[in-house]
Amino acid sequence: MGRAGLLLRLAWRNLWRNARRTVILLLAVTLGVAAMVFAAAFSRGMVVAMVDDAIDHLPGHVQIHAPGYRDDPAAEHRFPYPQGRLRAVLDGPLVAAWAARVRVPVVVASEYDTAGVTLLGVEPRREAALAYLGRASVDGRPLADANDAGLLIGRRLAERLDTVRGRRVVITAQGADGALADRGFRVVGLFRSPWSSEEKGIALTGLATAQRLLRLPGEVNEVAVRAADPERLEALVAALRAAAPELEVADWRTLSPLTHAGQQLYSQFTWVWYLVVFLGMAFGLVNTLLMAVLERTREFGLFLALGMRPRWILGQVWFEALLVLVLGLAAGNGLALALARALGEVDVSAFAAGAELAGLAQRIPLIIHGGDLALANGLVLALGLAAALYPAWRAARLAPVRALRRN
Amino acid sequence: MDALVTLRAVTKTYRQGEVDVPALRGVDLDIAAGEFVCLSGPSGSGKTTLLNLIGGLDTPSGGHIQVAGRDLARLSPGERAELRLRHIGFVFQAYNLIPVLSAQENVELVMELQGVGAAERHARARAILAEVGLAGLEGRRPAALSGGQQQRVAVARAIVSAPDLVLADEPTANLDSENGRRLLEIMRRLNGERGVTFVISTHDPEVMAFARRLIRLHDGRIQADERRDGPP
Repeated sequence: MGRAGLLLRLAWRNLWRNARRTVILLLAVTLGVAAMVFAAAFSRGMVVAMVDDAIDHLPGHVQIHAPGYRDDPAAEHRFPYPQGRLRAVLDGPLVAAWAARVRVPVVVASEYDTAGVTLLGVEPRREAALAYLGRASVDGRPLADANDAGLLIGRRLAERLDTVRGRRVVITAQGADGALADRGFRVVGLFRSPWSSEEKGIALTGLATAQRLLRLPGEVNEVAVRAADPERLEALVAALRAAAPELEVADWRTLSPLTHAGQQLYSQFTWVWYLVVFLGMAFGLVNTLLMAVLERTREFGLFLALGMRPRWILGQVWFEALLVLVLGLAAGNGLALALARALGEVDVSAFAAGAELAGLAQRIPLIIHGGDLALANGLVLALGLAAALYPAWRAARLAPVRALRRN
Repeated sequence: MDALVTLRAVTKTYRQGEVDVPALRGVDLDIAAGEFVCLSGPSGSGKTTLLNLIGGLDTPSGGHIQVAGRDLARLSPGERAELRLRHIGFVFQAYNLIPVLSAQENVELVMELQGVGAAERHARARAILAEVGLAGLEGRRPAALSGGQQQRVAVARAIVSAPDLVLADEPTANLDSENGRRLLEIMRRLNGERGVTFVISTHDPEVMAFARRLIRLHDGRIQADERRDGPP
């Protein structure tokens, strides 16, 4: 230990010469660090929930379309049901689940009203593993298989059409050949969704039924894919593009730029929050250390007279900052972890409309991520020690004879 | 004998507002190793300034100072601190001790800075504290010691690492006569037995009576430099 041990001992004892001041400073650092870690956990939870929600409703991390479909989502922009190399990738280790769908804009009419909606022709078994709508709570019966001729619509759409389960509606669309196609469907179930846009604007039927209606035998408009490892999204996209070079493969960041922008915005918000909290903390730390240096000026003069080098004086004050920061970090992390564990998640359903508008989930999980912890702790420690350099430098550059004269 | 301390044409002028106040006006002085020197003179005569300059705590306005063969003007603040650490012990009039360290830790402080091992430090500190009559008080912090006991701890700290030179500024000023005499006895013994050089500034006639060399300062100049065979 040697001189470092001496400086550490002096720093520790000097801290407790004014215990009240030190406790107040420690509390400030503790609360600041806890606020940083908690905010990071909330922010990460918000981003994860937002992205998960988007993936669940988009749906999928990646979608495959025929060229032109994303600009004009019409039945004519179609491609064969996955097979060959594309099917091999979809059934491979990079993919957790996938579903092929017919997806076109249609008009749905009841006896009382009409509405423009999106018709999804789905394979219910595949859809359940991929998307929220495949698992949504249904008043009535869910779709049984790809040949199911029943229609599932959202609760709010049913209200708008003034129809109920068991009644018939007519769907009119433009088929793949450009001719109008229409057909009567019985509403077999009403689904619920936290996204009102889904409840108002989606109707589901069996894939084969939709193919027959739109004259798309063996063809689909969309393949939605859930990645086995979202961290390896680039590899999945590359594999899909290689397997189906004639199709357009896009990940969720392209398909939902608002969600991606939100993800980045919340990450930046975390940085701004870190900065605000840190500035408050650093102000308290530097002020307290400057006061301690001023109070002990004569003592520093004595140290210099006894042969302590200026850089060891600097070290002494710096160690005081280090001890406060380390103790504050330990307590702050403990407090934030305990709080996050106790709460688990934050319920923002009271602000459901605003949350949906902002693309947020209604329950935000508090996610303590090792990287966030390391960043918050590293930032406080590094910047805190940098801020402490000024009072330490002030102490180190004291002229011994002037310092000794100070009472 | 080579001089331990050499001053040549040393001047020191302080600036107080718009006015220059000369504290030393050209001092030439040689102090040999093993001397017991008293600096006397009225307040403002330059005693403390001279001690501070010899100890490298302050820099002269003019002239040259050599201590232990080193020209102080050529040393950085860090090197001057190192010189004090290895060669010079200080005893001040008051506020001599570090309040957060015990008597023993205060005595060990200089040795710890010098890098002396813990076992040797402890043994030497306990022995020197016993020598100055403070056995049993090693664990007490300065606030729990009397003024006389604090000064003896300061003397113990100044001499424990066997420096070449001890600079003491009015060491008995805050002590009663009994404690003052006791402190002087310790210094004289160290000077006689260990050959430690003492330079003491004082107003106290008892301290002056102990000196083998008495230098009288007046208005920043050496007015008299008197050598004696030995204390009475």
